[in-house]
Amino acid sequence: MTPAALSRSRAPGWAAWLAAAALVLVWPWPVLANTPADRLIRVEGRRFEYAPGTVAVNTGDRVTLELVAADVVHGLHLDGYDLTLTAEPGQTARLTFVADQPGAFRFRCSITCGPLHPFMVGQLTVGTNAFFWRAAGLIGLAALAAVWGPQR
Amino acid sequence: MTPIHLELTQPPAVRAALQSRWPQWLAQAGLLAGFAFTIQIGLFGPAAGNANFAVIAVWIAWWTALKLVFIPFGGRAWCGLCPIPLPGEWLQRGALLGPAGRGWTLNRRWPRRLRGAWLQVGGFALIGLFSAVILTEPRVTAWVLLGLIALAMIASVVFERRAFCRYLCPIGGFTGLYARLAPLALRVKDPAVCAAHTEKVCYTGCAGGYGCPWGNFPAAVRDNAYCGLCFECLRSCPHDNLALSLRPFGRDVVARAGARLDEAWLALLMLGSVLVYTAVFLGPWGWLKTAAYSVGSPAWLGYAAGFVLINLGLLPALFGLAVRAGQALSGSRRPLRAAFAGQARSLAPLGLAAWVAFTIAFAFVKFPLVWAVFSDPLGLGWNLLGYSAAVIWPEISASSRLAQAAVLALGMFGAARVAVRTADQTREALPVIAFCLAAALALLWLLIG
Repeated sequence: MTPAALSRSRAPGWAAWLAAAALVLVWPWPVLANTPADRLIRVEGRRFEYAPGTVAVNTGDRVTLELVAADVVHGLHLDGYDLTLTAEPGQTARLTFVADQPGAFRFRCSITCGPLHPFMVGQLTVGTNAFFWRAAGLIGLAALAAVWGPQR
Repeated sequence: MTPIHLELTQPPAVRAALQSRWPQWLAQAGLLAGFAFTIQIGLFGPAAGNANFAVIAVWIAWWTALKLVFIPFGGRAWCGLCPIPLPGEWLQRGALLGPAGRGWTLNRRWPRRLRGAWLQVGGFALIGLFSAVILTEPRVTAWVLLGLIALAMIASVVFERRAFCRYLCPIGGFTGLYARLAPLALRVKDPAVCAAHTEKVCYTGCAGGYGCPWGNFPAAVRDNAYCGLCFECLRSCPHDNLALSLRPFGRDVVARAGARLDEAWLALLMLGSVLVYTAVFLGPWGWLKTAAYSVGSPAWLGYAAGFVLINLGLLPALFGLAVRAGQALSGSRRPLRAAFAGQARSLAPLGLAAWVAFTIAFAFVKFPLVWAVFSDPLGLGWNLLGYSAAVIWPEISASSRLAQAAVLALGMFGAARVAVRTADQTREALPVIAFCLAAALALLWLLIG
C-alpha cells in the first residue's frame, strides 16, 4: 500500500464527520452571566435604512424599542420575535418586550416606503450570536471533510 | 463501483413525449404569453415594485425557482422552456413548429473572436451595476425583458442557431456555469453509433428535427454547460442514440479537461456579485442601497467602481494568488492559466450554494408578495386568491438561517472536493480551498453574522 493510500485508509469515515458536525451544532454554548436590565433603544427609520442599523442587547433584557419615522411612514417587523411597530412621520411608536431568545434577528420595514422598501433592514443581536459561530464551524468542518474524508 | 445512472427516456411514453414538439411548444408559448403580460404590467401597472406583478413574478418567483429548482436539479432545464428566444427563432426558422419553409436569417456564423463567455461576463456585470434599479422599478424590469427579446431576435436574424442563448444571454451564462452540477443530462448513449453515422443530422438537421440550436455535436458534449435541453437531437437522431439521464450531482464539474479562462472569470464574477448583492440588499447599510439605486450620481459611480473593482479586479487577483501559492506549495508545473481555469471549477459548487443561500434569505420572507400579486395581477385592487389585503411576514427566521448555513456548508464541501480533484496534488488545492472558505465565511457573516 502506498503512503497516500495508507493515509486515506486511516481517514475518518463519514459517520465520524457527521458526528463532528452534530457536535458543532449542539455543543452547549457558554452562557455569560449578566443581570437583565431595562434597555431603551431608539431607532430612526428613514428611506431606506434604520439608524442605528445594528442593535445589541443582553439575553433577558427588558427592551423598549422606539421607532421614529423621519420622512414617511415606516414599519418595523422583528423576525424571531414576531413583533411589529408602525410610526407616522415625525412620530414615535414604541413597544416593550423581553429579549429572551438569543441570536441575531433581522428587522425590516413593514410599510411600503419607496422603491428600496423591501431592502430596508436592520439587525438585533441578543446575547451572543452562537448560531453564526456554529455555522462557521460547520463550514470549516465541511472543508476538512472534503479534503481528509473518504474519497469515494 | 458503477456510478448511479438512471435513464429517464427509457420508457417509450417519456421518449415520445420529449420527441413530440407539442408539450414543449405549448409550455414555451404559454410562458411567452405570460412574458408579454409581465412586460405590459411592468410598463403600465402599479409604480411600486413590491405591488407590481412584473417585479415580483420575475425577481421573486422566477428568479427563486431558477436558483432553487431549475439549475440545481435540471441544469439548463429552464433554457428548454425559456420564451425569450422564441420569437427570434420563429423568424429564423420561418416556422412555428417543426422544420418547414425558409426562415428570415442571414445565417452568419458567430464571430470567432466573440466566442466564449466573455460577453456574458460583461452582460452580467452590467446588470450588477444597475441591479438595485432593475430589481425595484417595474418599468426598468419590463424594458430589460423587452431588450432581451429584441437582442435575441436580432441575433436570430443575423446569425445561425441560438447565438443569443449561447453567447449573449447573461442568465444563460449564469445557468450554464452551474448546470454542470445538476444530475439531469442529455447525452449520446453510444458514441460509436455517432462515429459511424456519416450524415450527422443531429448537427445539420433533418425533417425530424433541427440541427442543434446550440451548435453542439451531441457526441462531443461532455458536460451540461452548453446543452440547452431543447431536445432537437432527440428528435433528429435516426438511431435513438440519445438519452436523458439522472446521475449524481456534480459529475461534470470535476473534469479537468476543457476548463476555460472565460468561464473562470464568469465564476469569479458570479461569486463576487452574490457577495455584493448580499451586502447591498440584505445588509443594514442604507447609504450602500441608496448609492446602488441612484444611477448616475457620484455615489452610484462609487458603487459601480467598487463593484467592478471587487469582481473584476480584487477577487480574480486573490484567486490568482491562491492558485500561484498552490503551485509553489506543490511544485506543480502546470501553466498558471491552465491551473487558474482548472481550479476555478471549484467555484461552481460554492457559487451556486452562495446564490441559493442568498435567495433563501432574500426571497423566502417576501414570498407572500407573490401570492398578493397573483391575487391582484393588474394592481386594480382585486383579491382573486384572498391574499391582496394582508401581506403577512412569515416567521421563518430559525429554519431559514439553518437552511442558509447547511447550503453554504454543502457548497464548501463541494468546492473543496472539486479543488482537490482538479489539482495535481492535494497540497496544490489548499490555498484555493482557503480562498473559498474565506468567501463562504464572508457570505455567512453578511447573511447571519
